[in-house]
Amino acid sequence: MIPAQFDYVAAESAAHALDLMASLGDEAKLLAGGHSLLPMMKLRLVSPTVLIDLGQLSELAGLSADGDELVIGAMTRHADLAASELARSDAPLLAHAAAQVGDPQIRHRGTIGGSLAHADPAADLPMALIALGGSVQAQGPRGTRRIAADDFFTGFFETSLAPDELLTAVRVPRRPGAAWGYQKFVRRANDWAIVGVAAADGRIALANMGPVPLRASAAEQALADGASVTDAAELAADGTEPGEDIHADGEFRRHLARVLTRRALEHRT
Amino acid sequence: MMRVEFTVNGQQRSDDIEPRLLLVHYLRETCGLRAANVGCDTTSCGACTVLFNGSSVKSCTMLTVQAAGGEVTTAEGLAAPDGELHPVQRAFRQEHALQCGFCTPGMVMATVGLLAENPEPTEQQVREGLEGNLCRCTGYHNIVRAVLAAASEQASAAAGEQASAAAGEQASAAAGEQASVASAASAAGGRAGR
Repeated sequence: MIPAQFDYVAAESAAHALDLMASLGDEAKLLAGGHSLLPMMKLRLVSPTVLIDLGQLSELAGLSADGDELVIGAMTRHADLAASELARSDAPLLAHAAAQVGDPQIRHRGTIGGSLAHADPAADLPMALIALGGSVQAQGPRGTRRIAADDFFTGFFETSLAPDELLTAVRVPRRPGAAWGYQKFVRRANDWAIVGVAAADGRIALANMGPVPLRASAAEQALADGASVTDAAELAADGTEPGEDIHADGEFRRHLARVLTRRALEHRT
Repeated sequence: MMRVEFTVNGQQRSDDIEPRLLLVHYLRETCGLRAANVGCDTTSCGACTVLFNGSSVKSCTMLTVQAAGGEVTTAEGLAAPDGELHPVQRAFRQEHALQCGFCTPGMVMATVGLLAENPEPTEQQVREGLEGNLCRCTGYHNIVRAVLAAASEQASAAAGEQASAAAGEQASAAAGEQASVASAASAAGGRAGR
């Protein structure tokens, strides 16, 4: 399978990428690691006229501590996030989530910014960002703003990023030693979650239980009110309307959400 | 068309290509390097695995232009100039880690990448480290055995080099220091590998 023809520009800096986005408008798509975009282009599900490649922007890659937050550059590859000592000590759920994406080859190319901007509700990093109560940093012609995880995912493969904004970094709270749990139910080794659950700090996030990664609000509230893990987990699917596909119908997904939430809460490390 | 320059198996390349040309097609059709196979063409099977800047990647899901300025290594680039096989290739042959051979170049390249990150993997780490590569023939047992054999051969070769380097040292204290640096380095390698 071969993508439709397009023009290609390698951005030389974030500012250059923003200039290109401003001048090219809707014609252009940003290329990060390309592990969601290129498969879609090969299937001709999308056929952008121009690709703006962010691959050379080392300024957007890497991790650093900023006060009580961990800052992850948007072009940080999943493999580098998963192996980062800083992430593993201060945001272990995020490092673990990065290690669950696809397979080693995919993790060598895929980026955290690309995964979040792509906003697949079944993906690992969107769910992890919601569970950690993190945020993304967006840069555009009107300046830089921060978008909380809970406000970022607005629909099926849709985010609150404006068309002329570039996701430059991801921020999550630094919580060394804090308990977390992560459960991903798959039938094939390198697949997306049929249902996923990530739990940290009283927050519970669900993958593939709706058009966006969701919070299991009823279960969170029950935990906050002192309910047992078993009782709280029974509420994990409340308010969700998961879709059906070849892997699972809605009722099975709701069952998985309850069971995986219990396991995520029981197995918190 | 646009000009890209990068290194393939140590050889500098400069070619005019279409931006949409996938790396696997460039390697097979422009370079004539046909070890990397197009299997699933959907980033699943790993038959097209090559190394890009030392890390395993699926060349069906990379544009050739994305490799600009980098180093690509295919299975053709593993053997020594005199034809002596790479330890991973040798182990795959010795352990009979292939039947039809279609997945083998990808398996071998994924293994080289895995052992670079984690030189002494456990069997479980080998199985998880090769989760991006599918084999329809072998049931994987011989492949896993080959990877473990290659790892232990590389470890003993490294130990041999270390020992001869140490023997060359006049002061035994310096040799001891070197050995402890080596073991610290290998521990760090183990942590870096997922």
